[in-house]
Amino acid sequence: MEKMVTGQDSRVLQECVTCYACEEYCGRGNHPFYFITERRQQKGILTAPRAITRQWINVGEPRGRHELGEIKKKVLSFGFMPQFLQLVQGRLFDDVMPSYVFGQEFFCNVVYLHFANTSVIKDRLPAVIEQFRELGVREVVCMHDECYAAFTSLAPAYGIRIPFKPIHYFEYLYARLQQLRKEITPIKVKVAYQRPCSSRLCPESHHFVEDIMRLLGVDLIARRYEGQNALCCGSIFRMMYGYDLATDVQTRNIDDMVAHGVEYCVFNCPACQDALGIKVAKRQIHPIHIIDLCRIAIGEKRETEVP
Amino acid sequence: MHDLTTSLSEIVGHRYVATTPEECYFYARDPGLMPAHEPDYVVVPKTVKQVQEIVRLAVKENVPIVPMGAGMTLTGLTIPLRGGIVIDLKRMNRILAVNEKARYVIVEGGTSHGVLKAFLERHYPRLRHSIPDAPPTSTVAANVMIHGQGRLSQQYGFNSDMVAGLEVVLASGDICKIGSCALSPEWFSRGAPLPDLSGLFLGWFGATGIITKMALKLYPGKKMRDVEIFVTDSEDFIPDIIYELTHTEMVEDINIFAQPLPMLFKDNHHVVIYLTGDTDEELEFKRKMIFDALEGFIQRKDGGFMSLAAGIQHTLLEMPQRSASTFADVTKGGGFEYSGPIIVVDKYPHCARKLAELASRYDLAYNATARIIGRGHCMMFAFSFTFNRADSDMMDRARHALSEASEFVLSVGGVFWKPTVYEQRMILEKMHPQTRSLMQMIKANLDPTGILNPGNWEIT
Repeated sequence: MEKMVTGQDSRVLQECVTCYACEEYCGRGNHPFYFITERRQQKGILTAPRAITRQWINVGEPRGRHELGEIKKKVLSFGFMPQFLQLVQGRLFDDVMPSYVFGQEFFCNVVYLHFANTSVIKDRLPAVIEQFRELGVREVVCMHDECYAAFTSLAPAYGIRIPFKPIHYFEYLYARLQQLRKEITPIKVKVAYQRPCSSRLCPESHHFVEDIMRLLGVDLIARRYEGQNALCCGSIFRMMYGYDLATDVQTRNIDDMVAHGVEYCVFNCPACQDALGIKVAKRQIHPIHIIDLCRIAIGEKRETEVP
Repeated sequence: MHDLTTSLSEIVGHRYVATTPEECYFYARDPGLMPAHEPDYVVVPKTVKQVQEIVRLAVKENVPIVPMGAGMTLTGLTIPLRGGIVIDLKRMNRILAVNEKARYVIVEGGTSHGVLKAFLERHYPRLRHSIPDAPPTSTVAANVMIHGQGRLSQQYGFNSDMVAGLEVVLASGDICKIGSCALSPEWFSRGAPLPDLSGLFLGWFGATGIITKMALKLYPGKKMRDVEIFVTDSEDFIPDIIYELTHTEMVEDINIFAQPLPMLFKDNHHVVIYLTGDTDEELEFKRKMIFDALEGFIQRKDGGFMSLAAGIQHTLLEMPQRSASTFADVTKGGGFEYSGPIIVVDKYPHCARKLAELASRYDLAYNATARIIGRGHCMMFAFSFTFNRADSDMMDRARHALSEASEFVLSVGGVFWKPTVYEQRMILEKMHPQTRSLMQMIKANLDPTGILNPGNWEIT
């Protein structure tokens, strides 16, 4: 770090694979990963192939085609993840839906940290915040860690003011499940939680995983790759570095689940589920998003209905 | 004219002869840009004998004949340029025999790719054919007649290279068998070890004879299939990427596409890599070989494997792919045509740049699509434009753009695939004179009265 602070070359600038974990390990709020990213951009050190970086930047460009529900003071932000349009259903979201936003205009752009490109974030994030401000919302329930971290970690780190209260959807789910507590039938299965990279940017919300699992009556197994020692889904590694690193990380992760007799792999991030869902299923572990798991517990879904 | 209608009805039955304007309307055109021309008669035979009788009648009456499968070439090859009789072969759609161990199928001349695919999946799941990305109604015989390409072209060449025998009705009305079937009950080879006579018919667009039966080679049908997309920001890397990929011999099919919309695809060139296997282990082994082959590009940041959402993956794994049809109407108004020359892979960068330049100059929506044929031996590169048929100015611009693309292709050593009659003339003008004379000799001998699909491959 000293080398980087003084502007020298450091092997970190070349070798960091953008797992984001250092953001969690640093207990002093110094944002080491944001710093690494800034330095990389200054020095023109690419993490991903140019075409991949360009593709992601193009995809996130606002196109004026966003989707708004019936906006109230409290909204759900799906960011730019269309999976939430399907996932967010039922009584869990009764008190907010159909107040939601979706589209590039509400895409936090935090993913560009992976691509050593903070300038896109700094360009676009203020406009995203402005969109929310114009809608007059007071509370934004963020359905993705990146979205939440954009408002609670990244924006403050760059001195950007947030004119609403960001709420992590885990916190929202936990509160809602408590309201529906009487309707919960414990799901007595062994689960592993697949922690996303962006959860490292907002580690203060991670405890809700345990809290929610306890409410649902599932057995969140203790395993090697959990908590601070979690392994990412590997999808970013695959795009940026090819086969070997991604396969190694994914194999170790799933082997660990199998070794601990896991029955369900619970996902938070839909992209992680895309990357690992089929792979865990091939090892006889049921992939499931945490929202679907909650819906099973309150009797809204059966296991067989979950893809 | 009335007499000929009666005579045709006597051959095929009156239900299978059409002469009304509304019926002839559809046989006068295809979805491309070639001007329409109506036939005088449309006839839909069921048997080879009926085809023979129609041909004999046409010769006697000196009326042109245009054989037709599904009429999907987009380049007007089944438009009856001089009127006459369109012979629609769709009722001749039987699958006659499969030799599983020798891996070939014998089909009638109007059998569609969709029917053959469904038949094989149901009865011979370990066998498959090289299905093109044309609508499933396109016919097997017409596809080999135009030297089409399909899912197995990267491994085995043009679909016409997979022909294992032909039965052709000649202009005399006689039947001629080509390949091993000329002397054996088995249809395992279209030529070798005999002189290969299939070239007298394949690529001639029905101007030398009508295919009524054909044998097609089949290939191992694997249980699993997957797709990866390798993206690069420069067309200049494509030839080397293809060279490395084909060297692995692990790939089923390789397509390339580039288009400005949607934003996901803007600015990049996408190499779509298909792989197959009977087990997860086989599939993963091949995947690793493919990743390893392109490792250098990843290290240099010149390209990488993109993350595929389930929806894109599903679309890409369709056979045939419907996305081509979706693109075909992106402008709305139902107009779509492409110039799809066969070029050496080295020329991809030149063609990609030319396409972008033409699209910009003529203000047209465009898409570049390429398919590798053989182990990098050549590729089909499609200069594709969509247009609104209700917008004559846009149609004119598309015509000009395609015409310029054609000239460009010849200038870089390419050869038109399924050329329009105008492109056929360009080819014949550029062709070596002795080759042209040989083609003229073949045409004159096989179609002495000039009634077979006149206007096509006419050498004066």
